[in-house]
Amino acid sequence: MRRIISVLMENEPGSLSRIVGVFSQRGYNVDSLCVAPTTDASLSRLTIVTHGNDKVIEQITKQVNKLIDVIKVTDLTDGTHVERELMLIKVYAKTDIVRSEVNRTVDIYRAQIVDVDAKNYTIQITGTSDKLDSFAKAMAQQTEVIESSRTGVCGLARGEKALKL
Amino acid sequence: MEMMSGAAMVVRALKDSGVTHVFGYPGGAVLDIYDALYAQDDVQHVLVRHEQAAAHMADGYARSTGKTGTVLVTSGPGATNTITGIATAYMDSIPMVVLSGQVPSMHIGEDAFQECDMVGVSRPIVKHSFLVKRAEDIPMAIAKAYYIANTGRPGPVVVDLPKDIVNVLEEHPYVYPDDVTMRSYNPTLKGHSKQIKKTVDTLLAAKRPVLYVGGGAITSEASALVTELAETLHAPVASTLMGLGAFSGVHKQSVGMLGMHGTLEANKTMHNADCIFALGARFDDRVTNNVEKFCPHATIIHVDIDPASISKTVAVHIPVVGSVDKVVEQVLTQLKSKDLSGQSDRVADWWKQIEQWRARQCLSYNTDSDLIKPQQVVEAVYKHTNGDAFVSSDVGQHQMFAALYYPFAKPRRWINSGGLGTMGFGLPAAMGVQMANPDEVSLVITGDGSIQMNIQELSTCLQYNLPVKIISLNNRALGMVRQWQDMIYKGRHSHSYMDSMPDFVKLTEAYGHVGIKVDHPSELDDAMARCFAEKDRLVFMDISIDQNEHVYPMQIKYGAMDDMRLSKTERT
Repeated sequence: MRRIISVLMENEPGSLSRIVGVFSQRGYNVDSLCVAPTTDASLSRLTIVTHGNDKVIEQITKQVNKLIDVIKVTDLTDGTHVERELMLIKVYAKTDIVRSEVNRTVDIYRAQIVDVDAKNYTIQITGTSDKLDSFAKAMAQQTEVIESSRTGVCGLARGEKALKL
Repeated sequence: MEMMSGAAMVVRALKDSGVTHVFGYPGGAVLDIYDALYAQDDVQHVLVRHEQAAAHMADGYARSTGKTGTVLVTSGPGATNTITGIATAYMDSIPMVVLSGQVPSMHIGEDAFQECDMVGVSRPIVKHSFLVKRAEDIPMAIAKAYYIANTGRPGPVVVDLPKDIVNVLEEHPYVYPDDVTMRSYNPTLKGHSKQIKKTVDTLLAAKRPVLYVGGGAITSEASALVTELAETLHAPVASTLMGLGAFSGVHKQSVGMLGMHGTLEANKTMHNADCIFALGARFDDRVTNNVEKFCPHATIIHVDIDPASISKTVAVHIPVVGSVDKVVEQVLTQLKSKDLSGQSDRVADWWKQIEQWRARQCLSYNTDSDLIKPQQVVEAVYKHTNGDAFVSSDVGQHQMFAALYYPFAKPRRWINSGGLGTMGFGLPAAMGVQMANPDEVSLVITGDGSIQMNIQELSTCLQYNLPVKIISLNNRALGMVRQWQDMIYKGRHSHSYMDSMPDFVKLTEAYGHVGIKVDHPSELDDAMARCFAEKDRLVFMDISIDQNEHVYPMQIKYGAMDDMRLSKTERT
């Protein structure tokens, strides 16, 4: 089952490699990983998308929690939550037909064209991973995708629940 | 504020952290630190012959005292040579701090001479690590390293020190921290009161309880409490390989070691129990056998300071996160308010059953042989040391014979590599034990395979006058490998036979020690007496044993805990 694990940890050199290490040395899966300092610069927040059965997920949270640098770990998928991912995707847009079709799809998905070149568009889209997958598929049907880059999922629990000191 | 060089800070911070012994080996990146060591007498440095042995010595020192062992090595190969020793300590939760030199900060990443990313290489096998970037940070990093190593579930910590920050020519203010608490690290020691209540109710309802005691009982110095608990409950006690001595092996309630080579009574008791109280043990695969068939009748209560150890392999019914000493104390406090008058009656039938299993005498062996039996050697060692020596061991058949035939009455007397199973551990570990306990008998039970994996340390023993007793069970083969080849590979002894054994007596003498060769059972007793009479010298006993002896009992793979072979021909 797909899970989103959120980790609050000391923003120190080596912290990230320790987390990644736990996943590789214990054979857990990382589907995506998103990491950046929080508003408190001494802290860093990681969001890891992984999959596994309940036993595996329990072990992942425990093993990650065991790291000295880690302050808190939570499984966002345990409750209701907001999750977002951002994708930049560059597609060929040489003809008017393709341009208008891409434009229409961009509108439908509430994406944005953020860079334009003689031959291509660079489009930014945010949303759930599903929505991004679907948009990428639509683009591939309409034109040729040159390249794309995704941030991986980040998320927060809904309501008052929060991962903080 | 005191001003000093980075190198002096390292040595001073060691002293301020309570370090008395450092096991190490100098080299380019740590020459400044060695120069600072030269100028003082507070911290004794022990020069080893191979860095792996330094780690095992620090490990033996730690296991026998409970204090943190310290290692100091240079960058690159010096650091990587400690890896096996660090992994050994990690698997057995032994407190250790490894100080490794590093190339100067500005050359990190340039593939400089003797450069190796020690923090990276050691990452999967340390509890934590530090790469110190500024000299002013040295005291804090070292203080934190000792704090982390020896609190919570102990483990090894690496402190990597680039050469430029320990430069003897630059001085910096030295401030040893008063407080090293960290917001991200707060081990839970006391058990949750709700879980304690459930535990007590379950224990008192049990008709067939057993205590399953592991290394955590030793780490938390809980022996007296565990004994009180066992006696209060009239419960049998089974020990893991790492837990031997936490509960006395000669106590009438001890059923001995459990697991792959556990006693019949220990494994039968576990399998048939209706309540298992696991104390600082981790349901290792060498204990459980097939987890699907593990103890089907039992309500399992698991006390462990490491939440990640709970329900990792076997799902437990009552998890209790906390240290063994604190939790057992809480349980005992609650038990004292209960009516315990019916307790011995409640478990009377259980004991009748256990006595029947004991009557099988699963550890009996052929004592009429013309060849020396390994079991007989361990029994002789027990007799000649009054069962009170510090016994280190290497890994293999001899390790299991030692664990089974030398019952330990006290904790911290049995020093072995349980988790990683490191051959070459025994001799240096026994040396670390001897360093920490100069007036006690420190011996190592080893084999002809294991002893050759760190035999160079005989030289260190001479330098520091360490009168370690080496009891080598020489079967001219890698015994445990050979046993499996006999059992599973139809006797095809692929590379388990050593055709070129050295003359161990001459070898020992060449290193300046005493060697004794024993070939016949009739010589054994006298030879042992001679060995232990040499109070001030290292003695190497090269004992030629029966090559075909197997370790029994032995669990049958894929079976339940109590599916066992009892001899070459009998099984449960």
